[in-house]
Amino acid sequence: MKYRTVFDIIGPVMIGPSSSHTAGAARIGRVARTLLGKQPKWVEISFYGSFAKTYKGHGTDVALVGGLLDFDTFDQRIKDSLKIAEDLGVEIKIQEEDAVPEHPNTAKIRLGTCEEDTLELVGISIGGGKIEIVELNGFLLRLSGNHPAILVVHDDRYGVIAAVSNVLAKHEINIGHMEVSRKEKGKEALMVIEIDQNVDDILLAEVASLPNICKVTKIHD
Amino acid sequence: MFRNVAELVEIAEKENILISDVMIRQEMEVTEKSYDEVFEQMDKNLLVMEEAIERGINEKVTSVSGLTGGDAVLLQKYIQSGKSLAGDFHLDAVSKAIATNEVNAAMGTICATPTAGSAGVVPGTLFALKHKVNPSRGKMVRYLFTSGAFGLVVANNASISGAAGGCQAEVGSATGMAAAAIVELMDGTPKQSAHAMAIALKNMLGLVCDPVAGLVEVPCVKRNAMGASNAIVAADMALAGIESRIPCDEVIDAMYKIGQAMSLDLRETAGGGLAATPTGKELEAKIFGASHKK
Repeated sequence: MKYRTVFDIIGPVMIGPSSSHTAGAARIGRVARTLLGKQPKWVEISFYGSFAKTYKGHGTDVALVGGLLDFDTFDQRIKDSLKIAEDLGVEIKIQEEDAVPEHPNTAKIRLGTCEEDTLELVGISIGGGKIEIVELNGFLLRLSGNHPAILVVHDDRYGVIAAVSNVLAKHEINIGHMEVSRKEKGKEALMVIEIDQNVDDILLAEVASLPNICKVTKIHD
Repeated sequence: MFRNVAELVEIAEKENILISDVMIRQEMEVTEKSYDEVFEQMDKNLLVMEEAIERGINEKVTSVSGLTGGDAVLLQKYIQSGKSLAGDFHLDAVSKAIATNEVNAAMGTICATPTAGSAGVVPGTLFALKHKVNPSRGKMVRYLFTSGAFGLVVANNASISGAAGGCQAEVGSATGMAAAAIVELMDGTPKQSAHAMAIALKNMLGLVCDPVAGLVEVPCVKRNAMGASNAIVAADMALAGIESRIPCDEVIDAMYKIGQAMSLDLRETAGGGLAATPTGKELEAKIFGASHKK
């Protein structure tokens, strides 16, 4: 079931005009911002499909940048986000792509603060403001952004998944959905763990200190 | 958990409760929230809808493009003239649907039901009912849960995205949701709600998504107006005892398949339909200038 709660249907409360092209775009931008963990210095946005054809009319660019500035779907500042980003010195580049994406409302975002600190993700807006992140730094995944989640980049070795879930068990955290993705056997892998409640930094530090773990980030409601 | 309309109606009938009860109960289970929390959250959404309507019928809102705005005010004045053919209640719903979408087009604050482009139908019909039958606040909140229950089925079994399924998936879904909710508010049965949804959605099948200049304005605002009208008639038919020969779930399935068969030009790309008419193109050029490539 893609849509779980009635508030996916009666909601979100948002700045118009389009739930998929405005509110959904804001949410994709906000997940990217959360995953980077700070305000980006530069952002490159590629729009595909319906996003590419109609983003100007729907304010998709404005909303996505609003999300990158950590604004929620109903934040009045969304309307002025391009100006606000400029004032904050965030460099924004937007491209319209011709390639036909799997989902009509697709955006690819590259963002960062410096050479080493970058992030690339692909988000889709599936309707009514609901989104999914389908690719992160080349890993395929399915992340709704609707629940708190822990993302763990790790070496593809036996026992790593067990070690991470043991830490969660010790802190009495229940796992709602989990998936592991890797680009190549034995190399880097990504664990996405959706959980029922927000977690504190102590738990994240504990996960990060486990063997074979490269990076730990979280997103929350 | 109900997966389709048949299961939704079956649960309500078996336990002798309303569709809105089934939805509230499921929401409490899924989100682990209390009855009061769930109810209050919906009440907040109701308030957003009310404020958008109040703004739209009293203020002459104008969108950034200038394509839409002010029609809700015109229709309210016309109702007051006493000359309306369709009837005051009917046109009140239509004007309040328009009001919501005009506020949406003006980048105002609205509540998506199920999307922003189709945000007018559910609140438009609800606030016209408020004016006509004066339901309690609780009943109004329940109206949204009933709408949401039917919308959830459509979203999970078909689509509520214009880019994926055309306008039938957006305004069509909203119209079906509103028709079902009107029936419950007017004390019809769960089965009658399902028939109302089926009748309403059947008459929206094939509706394409062809926004001029890609803006959620033309023809979106007027499609919401007609969606509200359609919902009221479908609800009245179901309350009169008329049944849909094709079951609601099969109508939803048909809607999904029609959406898949629709050309990409007719699914929110502004490449076909009204967007591709000479006037549609002209408006687009005027708004974005000649440099805007398609």
